[in-house]
Amino acid sequence: MSIDREHFRLALQRTPFHDRISAMSTTEVWTAWNTYKVARVVDKLSAEYFAVRSGCAVMDMTPMEKYRISGKDARAYLDRLVTRDLSKLRPGRVTYVVWCNDEGKVIDDGTLFQLDEDNYRLCSQHHQLDWLLISAAGFDVQIEVETHEIAALAVQGPTSFSVLAAAGIDGLDQLKPFGIIELRCGDIPVTVSRTGYTGDLGYEVWVDPADALQLWDAIFGVQGQYDIQPMGLDALEMVRIEAGFIMPGFDFNCAESTVRNNYDRSPFEVGLGWVVSLDKGHFTGRKALIDEKTRPPGRRLTKIVVDGNKPPGQAFIYNGKGGKLVGEIKCAIWSPILKANLALADIDYINGQLPPKLWARFDYQRELKWRTAWAECHAQSKPFYSPEHRSVTPPARF
Amino acid sequence: MTERIDAIIIGAGHNGLVCAAYLARAGMNVVCLEAADSAGGMAAPRTLGDDYHFPGLGVSAYPVSAAIRRDLKLDQFGYAPGKAVDTIALDARGNHLTIGARSLSGNDLPESDAKAYPDFKNEYLAFAKSLRPLFDNKPPRLKNMPFSDLSTLAKLGWNVRLGLGREAMYELLRVAAINIYDVLNDTFDDDRLKGAIAADAVMGSAMGPRTPGTVLTWLQRLYGQLSGPLSLHSSEQLINALTQSAESAGASIRLNTRVAKILVDNGKAFGVELENGEMLKARTVISNADPRTTFSTLVGAPALDAMFANRVTQIRGSGVVAKLNIALNGMPEISGISAEQIGNRLLIAPTMKYVEHAFNHSKYGEYSENPVLDISIPSLHNSSLAPDGHHVMSVNVAFVPYALDGGWEEQKTTLAYKIISQLGEYSPNLKSLVVDHEFLTPEDIEKAYGAVQGHWHHGELTIHQSFMMRPLHGAAQYDTPIDRLFLCGAGCHPGGGLTGRPGRLAANRVLELGGGK
Repeated sequence: MSIDREHFRLALQRTPFHDRISAMSTTEVWTAWNTYKVARVVDKLSAEYFAVRSGCAVMDMTPMEKYRISGKDARAYLDRLVTRDLSKLRPGRVTYVVWCNDEGKVIDDGTLFQLDEDNYRLCSQHHQLDWLLISAAGFDVQIEVETHEIAALAVQGPTSFSVLAAAGIDGLDQLKPFGIIELRCGDIPVTVSRTGYTGDLGYEVWVDPADALQLWDAIFGVQGQYDIQPMGLDALEMVRIEAGFIMPGFDFNCAESTVRNNYDRSPFEVGLGWVVSLDKGHFTGRKALIDEKTRPPGRRLTKIVVDGNKPPGQAFIYNGKGGKLVGEIKCAIWSPILKANLALADIDYINGQLPPKLWARFDYQRELKWRTAWAECHAQSKPFYSPEHRSVTPPARF
Repeated sequence: MTERIDAIIIGAGHNGLVCAAYLARAGMNVVCLEAADSAGGMAAPRTLGDDYHFPGLGVSAYPVSAAIRRDLKLDQFGYAPGKAVDTIALDARGNHLTIGARSLSGNDLPESDAKAYPDFKNEYLAFAKSLRPLFDNKPPRLKNMPFSDLSTLAKLGWNVRLGLGREAMYELLRVAAINIYDVLNDTFDDDRLKGAIAADAVMGSAMGPRTPGTVLTWLQRLYGQLSGPLSLHSSEQLINALTQSAESAGASIRLNTRVAKILVDNGKAFGVELENGEMLKARTVISNADPRTTFSTLVGAPALDAMFANRVTQIRGSGVVAKLNIALNGMPEISGISAEQIGNRLLIAPTMKYVEHAFNHSKYGEYSENPVLDISIPSLHNSSLAPDGHHVMSVNVAFVPYALDGGWEEQKTTLAYKIISQLGEYSPNLKSLVVDHEFLTPEDIEKAYGAVQGHWHHGELTIHQSFMMRPLHGAAQYDTPIDRLFLCGAGCHPGGGLTGRPGRLAANRVLELGGGK
């Protein structure tokens, strides 16, 4: 799909799925995502949330930034771009990557698809073309924006495998997590990757925008057989926090758009040390990250469970109730499935250690009256929610 | 495996030789690799035919600093500053103005200018002197400053505030970033004088007299005068002395040896690969090549962080000075100039407007029909440069763009003849004496010396590319983002000119950061 020449007349572009989602929307709660109009809630938030956790939710992820990176030096280029060692990446596989500026601060994260030998797709939350082009000097590589040329649906939840099979996409049973496969849905070609942002079993289905509605109709054609809900960004926010996934630009500032000194974050500081390979050879930011490693940790984006049932919302974190201010909550949700307040908090370390006691102080309303509450927080290193069925191959049939 | 090399220096230009001599004296095993068949870089002599020899690109220069002369024992190796020369601002009607270090003489010189000139020179020499801590040290970092940088800043503050005094400090701060055009108009009336000083302030830079920052470029030039008067010294003599000084301390200089690549592993330089495929390993690699060549070509962007590599491509520095070397079979005569005077530096820059117009053309990819010409006849100072009775004339031509609209190939000879005709207006017998000529546009200078876009100074001496931002943020203290790779050329602080200062400061830095150990 090329961009409609008249698109500027609309404040926001419509995705190829817009007509269907709009018809199903009872709330009309929309928001902007990368110049597109997308739903925050289509019908009921709780229904959308539970569809991901116990049925199947379908989300329009067309606005996701997509870049095609190809050419003789594509692999070398990507190796220099991202912090992760890509030597295990093969055609037909996807990997999670993060990239930094020269100072070793995170610019954005994303998923990298190796489509074939010298042909990759990089998906990211934010627009990255300038950085990708700056990084291209000295490499024989072509970089194209394909955000608008490819429509995509996230099909997520324990029954997503069965839903897609029922919708006519056969051949997913042997697809392992982070695998890519070319299939057909009826007479339209689709690319399916076993990837997602929900922490549950799930797939992302990539399709020509011209075939988008046909794909949508095939999936929703089996809605009578399965609980299938169109999902908006609000439910996604809940499940991604449960899964422990971070969101650059929300949980921390993206480096190249940070103004104030020290307001940006390194991969170590946001819990992405596991995708940094300091011994894989040169990449942008490596020197700064090696240097950072020589110092004790200064701060970490930390997963915390906040006691009690009051939503912590925006809260400061103290080292003990009434203690020293050590951090703040960046995002928080009430998790219906875990029955707990979950949050990601940016916490200053004390002498290279997580402060021994973490207490959140926050304001909340009761019948419009503001009150202050203190709640103890418990740091956690594992994702809050990671069900076993997420990575079983072949997935269970329903 | 042959001997262990402590430091490889890429390029035996004068800064490379200075750096080599210092490091060799500190006990390092230094190998200097030079692509050309002689050392000296832009200062190496050039030959036309068999008989005519020209100094390098820089003909007139101030003596190298006393510290370098002393440390490297240059006088012992035959270096001596040449005889002082004046600058004669030529006037088309023969009404020339002679500009000395502190005096003026000429017809029609306003008395007020004659009176103001010594004061003006003294004032600006004092300004230049007050900046000594800045010019003679590595530029201080502004963040995480080590003691040495703090000391530089403290000395600078002391010099500027207490050395100059309050009034003069205010004046220095007022003029430091402005243009020479305004300053000269405030001070003088004589067009010849203003034109000549303005030409000196902008020579070698893509700047006109009205460009902000041209007071600073002039101060940088004046800084040289603190070491002694301007002379048409023999650059060959300087290069020979540096070569001998370096070699006597144990450095070796390999000519006809072009470096193709700086070898980098995991962010650390470990040697070079030559054009012939030979690999030389060393603990330290020091590049006297310009920063753009060093990083973009020799290291290559992939081995650098992306934004740094990008910033390297943004370094501003497009050459605007061409060199016209003319072989003459007799002595040129210049109307209104006596035989005693003709050995001085002759300048065609009659007014500031003339200089500004000459610059304007270069901005649009054109050459000027009326360029600024800086003329000297080196054979009057060194008779071995030409056969008996013959002479060589060396002319710097500004402003001549690197990228000429329509390309240089067809227009180069035309421009050379135009300049010779222009010279003929001052010297009626010149054309009849011309035996041969060589004309080097910035494009030719790039080819001959490897400096990107043929820029004398390996990068403009603008404020945003000076001091702690020269050549660029991240490589301003001679060490670079690549471990064990250093810069030592004109692209570094304090910049171009035959000063040897970047080479000396780079050597200090190499030693400070662990040298060859």
